[in-house]
Amino acid sequence: MGEPIVRYENVHKSFGAVEVLKGINLDLKQAEKVAVIGPSGSGKTTIIRMLMTLEEPTSGEIIVDGKNLWHMEKNGQLVPANEKHLRQVRGDIGMVFQHFNLFPHMTILENCMTAPIHVQKEDKKSAKERSIEMLEKVGLGDKLGNYPSQLSGGQKQRVAMARALVMRPKIMLFDEVTSALDPELVEEVLEVIRDIAHEGRMAMVLVTHEMEFARDIADRVLFLDGGVIAEQGSPEEVFGNSENKRLESFLRRFRR
Amino acid sequence: MQGINITITVLIASIVCGYLTAFIAGFCRLSNNIILRKLTGLYVEVFRGTSLIVQLFWLYYALPILFGFDLGSDFWAGVLAISLNYGAYMSEIVRGSILSVAKGQTEAATALNMSSFQRMRLVIFPQAVRMMLPEFGNYLIQMLKATSLVSLIGMTDILYYGDILRSSNLSQAPTVYLLVLIFYFILALPLIFLTRKMEGISKKGVASG
Amino acid sequence: MNGNWNWDTFFDALPMVLEGIGITIGLTFACYLFALIFGFLWIFLRRIPVKSLNWIITWIMEFIRSTPPLVQLFFIFYAWPMVPVIGMALDPFTSAVLGLGIHFSTYIGEVYRSGIEGVDKGQWEASTALNFSIRQKWTKIILPQAIPPAIPMLGNYLIIMFKEVPLASTIGVVGILHMANSYGAQHWAYLEPLTIVAILFLILSYPSAILINKLEKKMNRRFDKKAIVKNSKGAVM
Repeated sequence: MGEPIVRYENVHKSFGAVEVLKGINLDLKQAEKVAVIGPSGSGKTTIIRMLMTLEEPTSGEIIVDGKNLWHMEKNGQLVPANEKHLRQVRGDIGMVFQHFNLFPHMTILENCMTAPIHVQKEDKKSAKERSIEMLEKVGLGDKLGNYPSQLSGGQKQRVAMARALVMRPKIMLFDEVTSALDPELVEEVLEVIRDIAHEGRMAMVLVTHEMEFARDIADRVLFLDGGVIAEQGSPEEVFGNSENKRLESFLRRFRR
Repeated sequence: MQGINITITVLIASIVCGYLTAFIAGFCRLSNNIILRKLTGLYVEVFRGTSLIVQLFWLYYALPILFGFDLGSDFWAGVLAISLNYGAYMSEIVRGSILSVAKGQTEAATALNMSSFQRMRLVIFPQAVRMMLPEFGNYLIQMLKATSLVSLIGMTDILYYGDILRSSNLSQAPTVYLLVLIFYFILALPLIFLTRKMEGISKKGVASG
Repeated sequence: MNGNWNWDTFFDALPMVLEGIGITIGLTFACYLFALIFGFLWIFLRRIPVKSLNWIITWIMEFIRSTPPLVQLFFIFYAWPMVPVIGMALDPFTSAVLGLGIHFSTYIGEVYRSGIEGVDKGQWEASTALNFSIRQKWTKIILPQAIPPAIPMLGNYLIIMFKEVPLASTIGVVGILHMANSYGAQHWAYLEPLTIVAILFLILSYPSAILINKLEKKMNRRFDKKAIVKNSKGAVM
């Protein structure tokens, strides 16, 4: 597998006086699927938000494909990244949000087309074709002209995935993508993620509360607790009999 | 600087009369009497639909001709114009707040077997007033700004003296008008803070459901 | 009782007052346009991430907003030419555009701000995740969502400004109020010309207010409506 595509080096993050992440070290390999679990408030979401540049680390480095994300070189010195640098490095990263964040003033087709056209400067025709193809793939080929407000939560989340996928990211981040959904809509979304995962080309980081699902598709599971990665390993190792007491009690709440 | 007491007197008189007008007109528009309701409606639309400065000139120049009586002084022409104008705007706030409180709370008050007068006095009105506070605060500053117009009908307020100073020494104009502006701003400051306070009170005291 | 209402005076004054209407309406739109553009400037000035500068801008806005536009007009018309180095003489119309335009730009800026703050934070995040440039975020994602809900409020300000424009007659802009006053001074008859002015304001602003009201109701249903139209198009294709 070679070089990791993402590397966290001793990353800390504080919000005001509260230190949420206390030294995260993590390698993400090409095409690796990682699930991040842990109690709420443990900083799971913050980990991927920093990679998406939505949150700036307090200290430490994040390396994406060999390039430092939050710092750049200037006259031989490491200085805070500017917008141009951030845009260069985060180009390979896509993200799906808990609350979808679709653009309400655009049809779902426009939601998908707009970034390829304006950000990647793809020509309109091929962006449209690929967007339609992608929307068909997530089962929404008949909704192209609809606005987000006309869709169910599950449909919205599938649009959000199509929107991220047409950008052809090498790394996809999923931030509790089923948490805001009605229970009966969860499965249709997980189904799509499963399909994407089986294609296998992208690295994926999933912050999730769906333990069964995490066990199903992840190559590796991280248990985040108290601002550090308290436990990690294959799904069998983490969901099997772990010696970590906190992990045990966390998992017990998901077993009935 | 002279004239500041005129400005303040006009302001205070306008605020008192303006709020009074707002409540009277607001309640009239909610009255069961259709004639009263329509007449107040007409008043509100006319005063909101025309310009304050036009109303001021009309009251000062035109009204005495039309009815043959004088308002007595430029002072009352000024106060009347400002309070009738802003009273019309604020009556809409009074009406809107009472309606929106009444919607949710009438049933509860009725269930407690209150008379309609008790209902208004004890339940609806106190809540509606809190709701009106922020907008009322904003109109304080609007009224302060409006007092500057009375210099146009010959009242000797801050701006009037500013104009006199300017015409006696043209090169001083920037200093003079800057000073006048600063005077108004100093008068506005307590109103600005009062408005913020009113917003704070308003946030605390209104039932959300 | 000298005079009372006189229809002859009324019809005599009418054409003269009406002469000013072009100026009044023209000035309204000029001021409005200026305020719309300047309103954006406040937004950008306030977004400069320097705390002290932010504080200063906020108080400058507060200052402009809470002092009388009439005095501001006088300042620009009478005082500005006397200001050393940067000062210059401006004609009444330009002074009025600047004075009223700047005054109301602080209000318009607030309208923009509340529109922008009304856009969900997730929209910024999604556009970052899709790697839009800062400029694209504003033009493609944020403003298209922030402006439509603000349109009724912006319309309201057009009407409010229309009613403030006669202030400019005090520095010699010959709109309808100025015309009415000149007629009054010439013929010593103020009642009829001033009433004409009041009626003109009423017939121009009242229907606009109703229009704005309708617009507001329509705006609230906007996305749904638009959606239905697009959808039916989609079905035909």
